[in-house]
Amino acid sequence: MPEQDPDIRRHNFEEVPFGYTPELAQLEAERCLFCKKPKCIEGCPVNIDIPAFIRLIKDGDFSGAARKIKEENTLPAICGRVCPQEEQCEIVCVTGIKDTPVAIGRLERFAADYERENNLIEIPDKAPATGKKAAIVGAGPAGLTVAGELAKLGHEVTIYEALHQPGGVLMYGIPEFRLPKAIVNSEVEYVKKLGVKIVYNAVIGRYMAVDDLLQDYDSVFLGTGAGLPYFMNIPGENLNGVYSANEYLTRSNLMKAYRFPEYDTPIIKSKKVAVLGGGNVAMDSARTAMRLGAEEVSIIYRRSRKEMPARIEEVHHAEEEGIILELLTNPIEIYGDEDGWVTGMKCLRMELGEPDASGRRRPVPIEGSEFDIEVDTVVVSIGNGANPLVPQTTPGLDTNKWGNILADDNTAATSKPGVYAGGDIVIGAATVILAMGAGKIAAAAMHRYMMGIPEPEPALEEESSKSKKKK
Amino acid sequence: MNNILKKRILADDMKELVVESPQIAKVRKAGQFVIVRANETGERIPLTIADADAEAGTITLIFQEVGKSTMLLGCFEEGDSILDVVGPLGKPTHIENFGTVVCMGGGAGIAPLHPIAKALKEAGNRVISIIGARTEDLLIMQKRMKEASTELLISTDDGSFGVHGFVTDILQSLIDKGEKINLCFAIGPIPMMAAACRLTKKYDLHTVVSLNPIMVDGTGMCGACRVTVGGKTKFVCVDGPEFDGHEVDFTEMVKRSRAYLPQERESKDRFIHEGGCCHK
Ligand SMILES: Cc1cc2nc3c(=O)[nH]c(=O)nc-3n(C[C@H](O)[C@H](O)[C@H](O)COP(=O)(O)OP(=O)(O)OC[C@H]3O[C@@H](n4cnc5c(N)ncnc54)[C@H](O)[C@@H]3O)c2cc1C
Ligand code: SF4
Ligand code: FES
Repeated sequence: MPEQDPDIRRHNFEEVPFGYTPELAQLEAERCLFCKKPKCIEGCPVNIDIPAFIRLIKDGDFSGAARKIKEENTLPAICGRVCPQEEQCEIVCVTGIKDTPVAIGRLERFAADYERENNLIEIPDKAPATGKKAAIVGAGPAGLTVAGELAKLGHEVTIYEALHQPGGVLMYGIPEFRLPKAIVNSEVEYVKKLGVKIVYNAVIGRYMAVDDLLQDYDSVFLGTGAGLPYFMNIPGENLNGVYSANEYLTRSNLMKAYRFPEYDTPIIKSKKVAVLGGGNVAMDSARTAMRLGAEEVSIIYRRSRKEMPARIEEVHHAEEEGIILELLTNPIEIYGDEDGWVTGMKCLRMELGEPDASGRRRPVPIEGSEFDIEVDTVVVSIGNGANPLVPQTTPGLDTNKWGNILADDNTAATSKPGVYAGGDIVIGAATVILAMGAGKIAAAAMHRYMMGIPEPEPALEEESSKSKKKK
Repeated sequence: MNNILKKRILADDMKELVVESPQIAKVRKAGQFVIVRANETGERIPLTIADADAEAGTITLIFQEVGKSTMLLGCFEEGDSILDVVGPLGKPTHIENFGTVVCMGGGAGIAPLHPIAKALKEAGNRVISIIGARTEDLLIMQKRMKEASTELLISTDDGSFGVHGFVTDILQSLIDKGEKINLCFAIGPIPMMAAACRLTKKYDLHTVVSLNPIMVDGTGMCGACRVTVGGKTKFVCVDGPEFDGHEVDFTEMVKRSRAYLPQERESKDRFIHEGGCCHK
C-alpha cells in the first residue's frame, strides 16, 4: 500500500498509509480463493464473513462490502487500521502458504473508507422498541460495540463517558498518524445514529455510582478500559520530563498539544527522548516524540527484538522514521538537575536466560554493564493496569488480584446481577477487536437478561473461548 | 449545561463563578474538586468546589487568574457556559467530630478550605479558622469563612488587616497560649503549606493538606498529578487531594509545578497580545 515517505512523515501528524485506490483494492480482492471453509473467518475475533465482503469488492460493490462487514463489526474503518491482522485473519489465510496472504485489513479499511468518503453510510433497520434501558460505562471500543448492538435490538442505550470525547484509547491513546480522529468521530456518529445517547464528563464512581445506574436502567455494562499507568519504580521517576505514555499521548492526541499554542495544553519540547517499553504504545509514543520535533528518539527495551510485543509493521515504521532501538537494555535510574529536570539515565545491559511464565526468555542483567545515556525526556510505556475507581465504589463487584473485573467468558456477566463487563478492564490491556468481541458477547447476554430469555446451554464454549487473551 | 448564573470579582485577580451543575451539586462533598475545560481549544484544569447548593443545582468555583486558562475563564460572564465540567473528583475530606480543628487558608487556598471548615463545624467541631493574604484587598471569603467557623483569625503579610504576619504566626501564638488542638488543615500556596507543616510537626500536630498539582484527566489515567508522600508515589486526583502534610515532599511539588513555565508564559503573552477576553 502506498504511504507517506518516512523523511516527510516524521515531521507531520498525517496518516502514514494512503489506502487503496478502487483499482488496487479490486486487484487485491482478485487474489482471494473464496475458500469453502475459510480459515480467515475463524481467525477473526468477531467472525466477519471475510470472503463475502472481499467478493463484493471484487465485483465493485464497495459500499455493499462495507455493509457486509458491519453485520459483525460496527467500527470497520478503525479495525482496518489498528487490528493485528497478521496474527488473526491473515496469518491463517491459505494464500499465505506460498505467497503473501490476502491483505484483509487493507481491504476492510478500503471498503469502510469508500462508504464514508462517498456518504453512503446507511443506518440499518432496528428492532421495534423493547422499552428496556441499558447504561454503558466507557465509550471505548467495548462500550461502543455493546451500545450499537443493543440499540439495533431495540433497547434504549445511554453511554456514560469520563472524558469530554468518545473513543477511549482510540481517541486519547492511538495517534492521529495511525488513526485519524475524524474517522473515530465518524464511526461514533454511526453508533449515535443508531439512537445511542452519550453523556460526557461523567466519571462513574464519582458523578454517579453503578448502583445509581441500576436504579434507572435494566442492565449496566462496564467497559472502563485499562487506564492505570505503571511506572518502573526506579529513582528519579517524578522528575520533570518523565511522562507515562498515557499522559504523553493524551496531551498530544486528546488535548492536541502538538498544535500548541493554538491549543492551550502544553507538552515538553524535547531534544533526546527515551521511550521505555517494547509494545505498540511505546512505538506510538516514540513516533509522536519524533513528530513533536525531538532530535533523537530511542526505544529502550529489556528483551530482544523477537520478544517485542509491538506489531512488526509498527516497529518497521518506527525504524524507517529514524527511531533507534536499544534492545536488551534496562534503565535503573533517571538522573536530574537541581531544578528537577531529567538529564540522563543509568542503564544495564541484559542477556536472555530461561523462558519465564509468559514463555518468553527472561532478561537477566549482565554484571558490571552499567552505562549512562543522556536524555531530557523519558516516556514510561511498560503497560497499564485496571483503574480501581469503579470496583472501589461498587459493592458486590468481584475483581482478581490485579484489580480486573471478573466476568464470565460466555456471557460477560459479573458477580453483580444485571452488571456486565468486557474489554481491557476484564482481560487487561489487549486489543480493540478483543474489546469489541467481548462487547458482542455482553450485548447478547444483556439482551437475554433484559428480555427474560433463558441463557442457552453452555455449548457455545468454543465460540467465546476465542475472545480470551492468549497470554 | 454548565451555565454561569452569577459572577463576582472577589479581588483583583480572584473571580467567583456560580455554575449550574445539578448532579455535581447533589453528590459533591467537602474536599472534592472539578476539572474544567473552558472552550474547544482549552486545557483541562482542576478547580476546587468552594461551595455548592444542591437545591439550586449550583456549584461555586473560585480561582485566581494566574495563566491563560484561568484568565480565559475569568472572561466568562453570566449567561455564558463552560464547555466541560467534570466531577466531583478526588476523595472527600474525612469528616468527624475531632474536637478542636484549626483550618488554615492562604490566598486562593481559602476557597477549598471553606467547604471543609463548614462540614467540620456541622459535624460538631470547634473550628478555629486562620486565613491570610498578602494584603487586605486580596483577602477573600471573609464573611463566608466567619459563618463556617467557630472563630475566625486573620493575617496579612503587610499588616493592612488583622495580624501583621503569616497564618503560621497566628497558629504559633495559639499553640503558645496553650490551645488544645486536635487536628489542622492547611491549604494554600505550596510554601505556606510547607511552612505550616514544619511548624505543626514540631508539636506532633496532625496536619492535612490539600494539593493542587498539574492534572490532565483527573481519573488516575495519566499520572501527571504524581506527588511523593511518605516516600511513595501517589496520584493526587484519585489518592487525594488530601494527604498527611508531614509526609508530603513539598520540594518536589514545587519543581513539578514549574514543568511548563515557559509554555505557560508563552500562552499568557499570546492571549494578552491578541486582545484577552475578546478571544473567549
Ligand atoms: C497507545 C495505544 C496504542 C494501541 N494500539 C493498538 C492497536 O494498534 N491495535 C489494537 O488492537 N489495540 C491497540 N491498543 C489497545 C486498545 O486500544 C485497547 O485494547 C482497547 O481500546 C480497549 O478497549 P476498551 O473499550 O476496553 O477500553 P478503552 O479504550 O480504554 O476505553 C475505556 C473508556 O472508559 C472510560 N472510563 C474509564 N473509567 C470510567 C468511569 N469510571 N466512568 C466513565 N467512563 C470511564 C475511559 O475514559 C475510556 O473512554 C492500543 C492501546 C494504546 C494505549
Ligand atoms: S482464507 Fe484467505 S483466501 Fe481463503 S477466503 Fe479467507 S481471505 Fe480468501
Ligand atoms: S490527573 Fe491524570 S492521573 Fe491524576
